[in-house]
Amino acid sequence: MTIERIDTCFSKLAAEGKTALIAYLTIGYPSIEESFECALAALEAGADVLELGVPFSDPTADGPVIAAAMYDAIRGGGNLRAALEVARRLRERSDKPMVLFTYYNPVLAFGEEELVAAATAAGLDGILVVDLPPEEGRGFRDAAARAQLAIVPLAAPTTGADREPRILEGARGFVYYVSVTGVTGTGEAPLAEAGRQARALQDRSGLPVVVGFGIDGPTKAREVAAQGARGVVVGTALVRAIGAAAPGERARSVADLIAALRAGLDRRDGVA
Amino acid sequence: MTQSEPTTTPEPRRRPGYYGDFGGRFVAETLIPALTELERAFEDVVRAPAFQAEWRQLLEHYVGRPTPLTRADRLARAIDPEGRTLGELWLKREDLCHTGAHKINNALGQVLLAKKLGKARIIAETGAGQHGVATATAAAVMGLPCEVYMGAVDVERQAPNVARMEMLGARVIAVESGSRTLKDAMNEALRDWVTNVRTTHYCVGSAAGPHPYPELVKELQRVIGDEAKEQLLARSGSLPDAVVACVGGGSNAIGMFGAFLDEDVRLFGVEAAGEGIATGRHAAAITAGSVGVLHGSRTLILADEDGQIIEAHSISAGLDYPGVGPEHAALKTSGRAEYVVASDREALEAAELVARTEGIIVALETAHAFAALGQIAERVSKEQGRPARLALCLSGRGDKDLATLRRHHESLTRETSA
Ligand SMILES: Cc1ncc(COP(=O)(O)O)c(C=O)c1O
Repeated sequence: MTIERIDTCFSKLAAEGKTALIAYLTIGYPSIEESFECALAALEAGADVLELGVPFSDPTADGPVIAAAMYDAIRGGGNLRAALEVARRLRERSDKPMVLFTYYNPVLAFGEEELVAAATAAGLDGILVVDLPPEEGRGFRDAAARAQLAIVPLAAPTTGADREPRILEGARGFVYYVSVTGVTGTGEAPLAEAGRQARALQDRSGLPVVVGFGIDGPTKAREVAAQGARGVVVGTALVRAIGAAAPGERARSVADLIAALRAGLDRRDGVA
Repeated sequence: MTQSEPTTTPEPRRRPGYYGDFGGRFVAETLIPALTELERAFEDVVRAPAFQAEWRQLLEHYVGRPTPLTRADRLARAIDPEGRTLGELWLKREDLCHTGAHKINNALGQVLLAKKLGKARIIAETGAGQHGVATATAAAVMGLPCEVYMGAVDVERQAPNVARMEMLGARVIAVESGSRTLKDAMNEALRDWVTNVRTTHYCVGSAAGPHPYPELVKELQRVIGDEAKEQLLARSGSLPDAVVACVGGGSNAIGMFGAFLDEDVRLFGVEAAGEGIATGRHAAAITAGSVGVLHGSRTLILADEDGQIIEAHSISAGLDYPGVGPEHAALKTSGRAEYVVASDREALEAAELVARTEGIIVALETAHAFAALGQIAERVSKEQGRPARLALCLSGRGDKDLATLRRHHESLTRETSA
């Protein structure tokens, strides 16, 4: 399936006039088993795409909530291998697109071609490497392309017109637009502007563009969607909800937040 | 699967920003345009005569350059009483720079550049606090606000430098995440930079990080080696057999090596062995690390089999870092430079010896370079069949380390009187 699964998902949502809801979870937080349960809950409650976050010791693009979750996850045995295993188990239960979300050093340690093979075998559809700009990792990109695995590119508010073609070169699946100059979990993202930028990038690239960073609930999700972005990513808010819930209640808290986001996105009335 | 095995497809060689297979620019997309801007500014501004003239003026009249070259006969005889392995020993005195270490060369250059780029704010990471003090100093003299990230462990063990930074008007932010040392300070500085990239210059303190930092910092530090070479030729009539420097991120070492890279001079970097390489509690990324990506650069790092960065250990805050600048990784791989190690204990003993024989209290970072002189002299003299002539980069003074040095001194006194 791979890239095709992503493409089918976005076409179907577009036909229904819906915005994709993308759930990010740090795999291994608070435990690998609970991550599996939370991820499954997210998919069953209405997330369209799942991002499986690989914990890394030095997550420089992440804010304090996800950084702390990664720290705990590593101590609980979380790593790239565990994330692949969670993906494999989820694939037995869901046919929705799943993307691995990782920093580059765990990829290098695992082996680039080995990862492409293992990700494909686990039923993943794409990989997003936060700290791998298009100038780097050519071999990895080539291997992924051969395996029909989407390497999801990032675009940022600082990305100028001069860089855009390089970012889009060979891009498949979707593009991740970072809403703000900042780290994950920021409360101050200019989301309406990000939604407009995503829409414009969509028109130029012909690919679905999703917006992430700073979307913590239905109101903000709708603000982005109203501008025409094809998807919204919710990460820190889910990780925070997991952290706040009592053991045994975590999957439920994820399902509740996803359901609220889904309802917010699917409401057809105007946006404040 | 270890990280030292070559990865699948070799990256094309001689790419800009690469030293062999090392270097590059591994950061989030948000920062790439800022790095491109900095790269252009490096070419167009820093290399231009006007900037060079202004910066040289600062180095001469503010920093106090050129720094002296001191001949250290008493120390040489203490290390090798008969003069069989160690002939001459020369010290390049970066401790006599304003603020007490080589770090000021780089900080002044970068803050001057930031000012020309119209940046309104300076941030830095610091380990020993020397780079933090240097950046706070440069920001003060150029009238820019400055914030310095410093691991909470280092805030404690380098307290005098925290006081200096605050006195200079900088805000010191204690970093409580991870190992609470230099690596985590750099993480936090990168997070700040990604957030404030449009207004802020990140003054990286070593020849590490994403391109163009390793090149920029080397350019700003090569004054050390350029001066040393001229002084050595004038004073001793010839080049030394080898030059020696301690290696944290690698800025004083690359600054010292630069002038000798194309000469028939051996290059020795000294890494921190902490409690011993075999204990795993060390900071020797070159000697005992593997290939990986840390803080924006593909280089030699300390990481486990999952690719998680391993916390480094060294008594010296400035060497307590699990990576190294990419050019050192390339120099090690090509064999052009050699890297050896010195332990916490050896560094403390060396600091004591240098103080007693030469009247210089050196930084704990620098003490590692001194601690390796004996083994380096042995190696070089053996291969040459005559006593070695060595030049060492005395990267900084030890005032900041007095509490640690004192504790060691007292425990020694107790041992000898017991
Ligand atoms: C005196 C001194 N020497 C050396 C170092 C290590 O840094 P580098 O390897 O970049 O010279 C430091 C770092 O704080 C320092 O303060």
